[in-house]
Amino acid sequence: MATTAWTHERLEQLRQTRVWRSIFRRGPARTNRTRSLAVFGNLGLHMLPVKVREKSLSVRATYYLGSISFFLFVVLTLTGILLMFYYHPAVPDAYRDMKDLIYVVSNGVFLRNLHRLAAQAMVVAVFWHMFHVFYRGGYKPPHEFNWVVGVGLLLVTLFLSYTGYLLPWDQLAFWAITVGTNIISYVPVLGRPIRFLLLGGHIIGQNALLRFYVLHCVILPLAAVGLIAIHFWRIQKDGGLTVRDDHD
Amino acid sequence: MVFITRKMSAKVKEETGPQLMSFPHVILREAIAFQLLAIVLVVLSLFWDAPLEQLANPLLTPNPAKAPWYFLGLQELLHYFPPLVAGVLLPTLVVLGLVVIPYFDINIEGEPLWAHRSPRRLQIYLGVFAGLFVLLALYDAWTVLVPTVLVGALGLLPYFNLTSNSRFLKFLGSRPLPWWVMTWFIAVALTLTAVGTFFRGPGWSWVWPWS
Repeated sequence: MATTAWTHERLEQLRQTRVWRSIFRRGPARTNRTRSLAVFGNLGLHMLPVKVREKSLSVRATYYLGSISFFLFVVLTLTGILLMFYYHPAVPDAYRDMKDLIYVVSNGVFLRNLHRLAAQAMVVAVFWHMFHVFYRGGYKPPHEFNWVVGVGLLLVTLFLSYTGYLLPWDQLAFWAITVGTNIISYVPVLGRPIRFLLLGGHIIGQNALLRFYVLHCVILPLAAVGLIAIHFWRIQKDGGLTVRDDHD
Repeated sequence: MVFITRKMSAKVKEETGPQLMSFPHVILREAIAFQLLAIVLVVLSLFWDAPLEQLANPLLTPNPAKAPWYFLGLQELLHYFPPLVAGVLLPTLVVLGLVVIPYFDINIEGEPLWAHRSPRRLQIYLGVFAGLFVLLALYDAWTVLVPTVLVGALGLLPYFNLTSNSRFLKFLGSRPLPWWVMTWFIAVALTLTAVGTFFRGPGWSWVWPWS
């Protein structure tokens, strides 16, 4: 216990230092004023509401599905960046890199498992989130636009997962993408040009792998980050999460 | 702040219950949720291995070649309907349908489907149901037909049983039309995805997952 008191005291001293105060510009979050400052004085938190309804925090209200989707996105970004250190978007090096992850890289299997698992989980979480919001009536005014942003995020999630599917360059990847991109060619008039644009050619080869890699690692994550920011910010602007009077 | 949610009158409600400061109440709960999620992910990743097959070979087509699981519902549809319908038209309609939900949901108070036991509404319901049944049967689309019939029958149940004391029937009886449409959509999507994932073998024929 003595150690706890000592640590507490040191922390207090740290908070009083000029450097700490220059970074956080507020005292400890013990009053509602400083607690408000803690939210809107922080770049990451300022898009959240300063106050929320107690009911909207109950597990049954949301199952935290939106948060879980976001956390999975964070996990995927972190593991994805680590995987990029070991990956060459080239044929057949990409597949060799998968083998290296298994046999050479320390914890490579774990890293890949985590990324793959989180990716599947994110698709499930985002779908579940959408259905749950629907059944709770969360799409109703004034939340209409945020629902539309959410549909956009669902599509980005699916495309992210789909473009990532090709990257291991194994049989599973190749034929899953073949099945999917063949469907695109049935779009009237624009089908074949879109497929050509997506694959960088008529077949799934080196160009397709590179394009899917850029989509997966740069374009779609940026789109996701932008939409997520709008999605969170709009919760605050639309007056917080929908809560019901009753609990049925 | 204005809120109009299900089971509330259209009049403006000022607040719903007490409020809490986001810091620390939200931040703390989110942190706990994140930690639990991280633990579950790490434990699962230790015991489950991501699949990796042979090097991609354009000359060796697996039978069946399957899309990722979340597109297997679409692939199952492609088995029954022309590609333009199953691969392009239906997904586009689903996305458009999702987008317009908040703008077309005029039933904002969540009135139950059979609130007035309107015979006209029953006629429309049965007409749409029969139309879907015939269309799906014509295309032999059994994996769409079965969940459609199930949800359609469940939706009809409360019309005849409004006075029942069963909690389940009471619950069904209190559901508005959008609830039924979404439930039908989810039932069909789940069935198609499950069938595509576990019950389809060579040539997209029906196989049992344990055989």
